[in-house]
Amino acid sequence: MSMLELKYDIPGDDFTRAGEASGDVKQKLKKLGYNPAAIRRVAIAMYEGEINVVIHGGGGEAIVDVDPDKVVILLIDHGPGIADVEKAMQEGWSTAPDNVRSLGFGAGMGLPNMKKYSDEMEIDSVVGKGTKLRMVVYAQSPKA
Amino acid sequence: MKVHDIIEVLDAEILVEGDLDQELKTACGSDMMSDVLAFVKDQSVLLTGLLNPQVVRTAEMMDMHCIVFVRGKRPEQLVLNLAQQRDITVLATPYRMFTACGKLYKAGLEGGTAI
Ligand SMILES: Nc1ncnc2c1ncn2[C@@H]1O[C@H](COP(=O)(O)OP(=O)(O)OP(=O)(O)O)[C@@H](O)[C@H]1O
Ligand SMILES: [Mg+2]
Repeated sequence: MSMLELKYDIPGDDFTRAGEASGDVKQKLKKLGYNPAAIRRVAIAMYEGEINVVIHGGGGEAIVDVDPDKVVILLIDHGPGIADVEKAMQEGWSTAPDNVRSLGFGAGMGLPNMKKYSDEMEIDSVVGKGTKLRMVVYAQSPKA
Repeated sequence: MKVHDIIEVLDAEILVEGDLDQELKTACGSDMMSDVLAFVKDQSVLLTGLLNPQVVRTAEMMDMHCIVFVRGKRPEQLVLNLAQQRDITVLATPYRMFTACGKLYKAGLEGGTAI
């Protein structure tokens, strides 16, 4: 049984709003009294994913399931997809254009960060169709 | 070091006033938010020349207490409002990034990572 299920639309055309969903999840987990170290890992991992949905995926949605022992984050977009996931996972690899870089993103660190802060991560991406990303963060994790 | 010490060391102006007695452990200076997000080590201060709302979001996700805009830059009101909602102190210093970081380091604030 999940304690809480949260759903968010992530608008693709408004960079200033990117991070609203992750910020809201963070607030809600705090109110639930969730483990602070786990909250921070959820927030950072989801925020990186949310930014990717905005700058690479053209917008999408987030579904977050909160259990007492874990948080499951699902990010879905219908953007261009990722042709080579293995490459995309490498630190420093990015296709972000210069305008994204001037906004402070495009270092090619997002996916590696997400891998680092989550306990489980799966990417299901089809070129021309979109990307589904699932992350699990445990309330009590050896990574914390 | 506390927030009010930073204000003194950096001749900073307060744009959003949070808890000025908040104890600060370490700091981080960058214009790349994903680089900031890569190293969580209880960093409490973010120095940056970037002015968009994602600076506040990044600080929020990392539980940081203070943002310092370098080189006299000032963000839009929207960005300041976001910081206010999250109880994050926002400062503006006339110094450039290198000098601002150097002054804080010399005053005893460290980077928090081994390398
Ligand atoms: N949702 C997505 N849809 C399409 N491509 C994506 C998506 N997420 C990531 N990618 C691709 O994978 C690359 C690496 O992503 P990653 O998040 O690691 O770095 P970045 O977003 O380019 O930069 P940073 O995250 O450091 O700001 C991206 O440049 C992009 O090509
Ligand atoms: Mg990214």
